[in-house]
Amino acid sequence: MKDNPFSLWVYLSQSPLLWLTVTLLVYAGTDAVSLATRRHPFANPVLHAMWIIGAFLLLTRTSYTTYFAGAQFVHFLLGPATVALAVPLYENRKRVVASIVPMLVALVAGSVTAVVSVVLLAELAGLPREVVLSLAPKSVTAGVAMGIAESLHADPSLAAVAVILTGIMGAIIVTPLMNRTGVTDYRARGFAAGLAAHGIGTARAFQVDEIAGVFSGIAMSLNALVTSFLVPLAVTLLVR
Amino acid sequence: MLGSLGLILLCQLIGEVVVHGLGLPLPGPVLGLLLLLILLLARDRFSLLARGPLRNDGVETASKGLLAHLSLLFVPAGVGVVQKLDLLASHGIAIIFVLALSVVVTLLATVLTFRLVSRLLRQQDAQ
Repeated sequence: MKDNPFSLWVYLSQSPLLWLTVTLLVYAGTDAVSLATRRHPFANPVLHAMWIIGAFLLLTRTSYTTYFAGAQFVHFLLGPATVALAVPLYENRKRVVASIVPMLVALVAGSVTAVVSVVLLAELAGLPREVVLSLAPKSVTAGVAMGIAESLHADPSLAAVAVILTGIMGAIIVTPLMNRTGVTDYRARGFAAGLAAHGIGTARAFQVDEIAGVFSGIAMSLNALVTSFLVPLAVTLLVR
Repeated sequence: MLGSLGLILLCQLIGEVVVHGLGLPLPGPVLGLLLLLILLLARDRFSLLARGPLRNDGVETASKGLLAHLSLLFVPAGVGVVQKLDLLASHGIAIIFVLALSVVVTLLATVLTFRLVSRLLRQQDAQ
């Protein structure tokens, strides 16, 4: 046993083990609460894990870089999880092929709306140019959005934050909003969730309905493709 | 299990290599998704491929395990918000408002287009 308990903290706080454990345990807790509230939209596990861990980092004066050294092992799995979306797609291939036309039209309408609306609204709100550019790819998954922001010489870490905030808000709002529109077709509902709110919307869609989850996953993958082309075009046309 | 994870990583790796090699404007994992899908479809056609992770639901089980906790994977990037606190203090309300409004408009545009087109198609089939 060391004579100074502080030196143990200094050692642990620099090791990936501590921050990986914190990430998993806090998420396990927020996910348990979400399950206990029967997946209430406001009990979104990502939202609550984010502020709890964030507050913990601020209180212990730990830098995000130190935290990420541990959490990167979780972050890394975003890529393999995208590949894994092939399985629900394969298992529901007949339903997907049967709805290919509405899917492709909704893809174009949704992608254009996502990019154009955020750029116009951000300009209207008088946000600085760099912020507008970083918000533009907010509807696609984090890795892709960061790549787009980089190619526009915007701020990739702000783009990632915009992506996560969009995902959380989309996941919270999608069920009440869709209930209000009276759309009961889970293909359409899921597709909208994945297009507007990428992986966090897809995670939400899988909680609600398996078919919604499948269509959400497809929308998320297709939107990553379309948005990569669309954002540079929209920015040249719309940003002063 | 190990073979299945290996296969998923291999698909992603090939995706990244092709995307970077050819300078394609799409994310590597999306190409990896297409590759795994093609492999699964090809397995049903050619029994020669039905071995290792492509047999007895191997890769299917591993993939579902990964997707079961999809939300967790966004937590590390989300915590990055702690680096942006000064920006959020100055422009936070405008940013949240813009993102919230845009996500609602996007959800509505997508779901209504999807429903409109599938209704039109059904009417056409009925005639």
